[in-house]
Amino acid sequence: MKRSFSGGIHPPTSKDLTKDKPIKILGAPPKVVIPLKQHIGAVCDPVVQIGERVKKGQLIGESAAFVSAPVHSSVSGTVSDICLYDHPSGVKTPAIIIENDGLDEYDESIKPYGDYNKLTKEEIVAAMKKAGMVGMGGATFPTHVKFSPPPDKKIDTLIINGAECEPYLTSDHREMLEKPRGVIDGVRIMLKVLELPKGYIAVEDNKTDAANALKNAAGKDPSIEIVVLKTKYPQGSEKQLIKVITGREVPSGKLPADVGTLVSNIDTCIAMSEVMARGVPLIRRVITVSGSGVNNPGNFSVAIGTSFREVFEAAGGLKEDVKKVIMGGPMMGQAQYSLDAPVIKGTSGLIALKERDVQLYNEMPCVRCGKCSRGCPMKLSPLYLALYSRNLNFEQMERYHITDCIECGSCSFVCPSKRNPVQYIRVGKALLAAEKSKGKEKK
Amino acid sequence: MEKLVISSSPHIQSSQHIIKIMRDVLIALLFPLAAGIYYFGINALITVAVSVFSAVLFEFLWNIINKKPQTAGDLSAAVTGMLLGLCLPPTVPFWIPVCGSFFAIIIAKQLYGGLGHNFINPALAGRGFLLASWPLIMTTFVAPFDGVTSATPLALLKAGEQSATLEALFMGNVGGCIGETSALAILIGALYLVIKRVIPIEGPLVYIASAGLFALLFGGGSGIDGFLFHILSGGLLFGAFFMLTDYVTTPSTRRGMIIAAALCGFITALIRVKGGYPEGVTYAILIVNVVSPLLDKYIVPRRYGRKGVSK
Repeated sequence: MKRSFSGGIHPPTSKDLTKDKPIKILGAPPKVVIPLKQHIGAVCDPVVQIGERVKKGQLIGESAAFVSAPVHSSVSGTVSDICLYDHPSGVKTPAIIIENDGLDEYDESIKPYGDYNKLTKEEIVAAMKKAGMVGMGGATFPTHVKFSPPPDKKIDTLIINGAECEPYLTSDHREMLEKPRGVIDGVRIMLKVLELPKGYIAVEDNKTDAANALKNAAGKDPSIEIVVLKTKYPQGSEKQLIKVITGREVPSGKLPADVGTLVSNIDTCIAMSEVMARGVPLIRRVITVSGSGVNNPGNFSVAIGTSFREVFEAAGGLKEDVKKVIMGGPMMGQAQYSLDAPVIKGTSGLIALKERDVQLYNEMPCVRCGKCSRGCPMKLSPLYLALYSRNLNFEQMERYHITDCIECGSCSFVCPSKRNPVQYIRVGKALLAAEKSKGKEKK
Repeated sequence: MEKLVISSSPHIQSSQHIIKIMRDVLIALLFPLAAGIYYFGINALITVAVSVFSAVLFEFLWNIINKKPQTAGDLSAAVTGMLLGLCLPPTVPFWIPVCGSFFAIIIAKQLYGGLGHNFINPALAGRGFLLASWPLIMTTFVAPFDGVTSATPLALLKAGEQSATLEALFMGNVGGCIGETSALAILIGALYLVIKRVIPIEGPLVYIASAGLFALLFGGGSGIDGFLFHILSGGLLFGAFFMLTDYVTTPSTRRGMIIAAALCGFITALIRVKGGYPEGVTYAILIVNVVSPLLDKYIVPRRYGRKGVSK
């Protein structure tokens, strides 16, 4: 039997729409919008001015803070504005707008790093930072921070997340199939930085072709093991992946580094090898464009800063009765209010759903069927967490370990009363945190 | 394009729905109902129909009188009526299911807040109420086909007399409540619910095993035959698959469910073998219903990753 975690759900994968569509490279649009925040951490400050000419790959925003990632221009052209702009997070965020001159002139500072074996690990980490690398699975944690664990935290296991458990998304799948060497090189570079003898690449068993491609690319290299896992949501969740591969549990409020592990994404791995090979910073990424509301679903390599509207146009345009647009997968992705928002480093996919797929049910009473508890990958009781969140019962929220919730949404998916436990829990977590900080102030 | 819908994730949901689950339960209950009609004639059908109709009507009227959203269509009242009807003797006068439905829907369910808020199984509460109020009517059973008054196998056992064969018990060719006699029909219905993933199987199995084993332990029989006699007779199988699996009134966790089921078996056997009544399923499940909130309260999920981590 294939390895997996306990709990979890089996949503329809909806991956057939795009899994056989090779990655298509889209040219950069006439205008790109580069938000100064595309990562977890401090917002960047612009280092260019309105009217200034910039080149492709040129640094345009950075921050002095350690936890942050610089941003670069994805085109050559002229900065036309620096202003608040629509952002996938739903909040208008400072962004640099660049008019593309179509010349595709690269910045002079860009040159290949060459053989990574000749670099020290510090030099590689510096390169990650310089390239603005972040976790591209969606969490967008700055990569250089992840690869600089404090000295007291010894990392002994590297896991590359190729599970791609979110329905619809196939970009990782395509990348593993089309660029297996890039993945393997990326793993080797990461292993060098971490000074580890071996890394794991985890792939769900609905992508055995990708697993085989990786195996072929890795050849007889003993430092890389491809682990095929059962297809189940949320297999690609960091905590579940670590548990399945190492048996270790990452407690709430802790990082994988606290249990000696580091998890990175397939895209990040490929970006790593490309940064080394070409020196070009993170200005492009692969995304899946799918859903019932898209005319020609597919996988695309897009310049960061391309608007959602332009991406959908490249995918044959949207159908008329599109009711919802999601960035990311349908389980944890965010509903979008504006098609003017740009593709950012953490955009793994864009999904457009027609009216019939936008399910808005009336909530029925909770009948305590326990389906949410059985589906919870953290073995929590979402029904009670939701109840106590609703009643603002902080004591019980803590007793039922509300902070352990990873917000994967499995409970809301399975609920036959069409309630939305995960949303109550999110609110409950936020209120509990606020309550606690209030308590601290009093002391 | 119109305005986009903004809502929190997840953006997809399973096709499961409470009303579909209720419909599946009704479908599953058609098997014991068919067996009841086969053995006890058209009266069985009329009794169950009156029970279902009055249950839905009381739900409907309650919502009208109290100006609440109409829930009579969510099928939960129909399920309650069906369950109540199936655990009545086939010869009861027709006002019996009406009174039972009233108690089930109004007293046990709606007065506590309706679906999801009742603390005991409404159908069983209705039956318990009828049993306590009209004990004679509720314990007068007839033999299949001929309608001659006869005792149930459990009552015969209690009186120390020769009881039914295992084969008769399995097929349902014995005296008893409309839907409770045929183990075969109940198992077919139960199988349907398990395949449809409406009910988890571990609760009923633990209950059945526990009741059978404790019955032997208390001296209610011996060997594999005694065990089978106890699990096939009375309302045990019906209660196990259709009453103890009620979501609202049993624990929400797997662990809690197993403890509740084991306890339920113990109480059932205790009443059957040591108590004054020949049958104990109704009261055993009602007692477990009352214990369930405690099990949910004290069985708290463990904290993730508390072991082996430096602070």
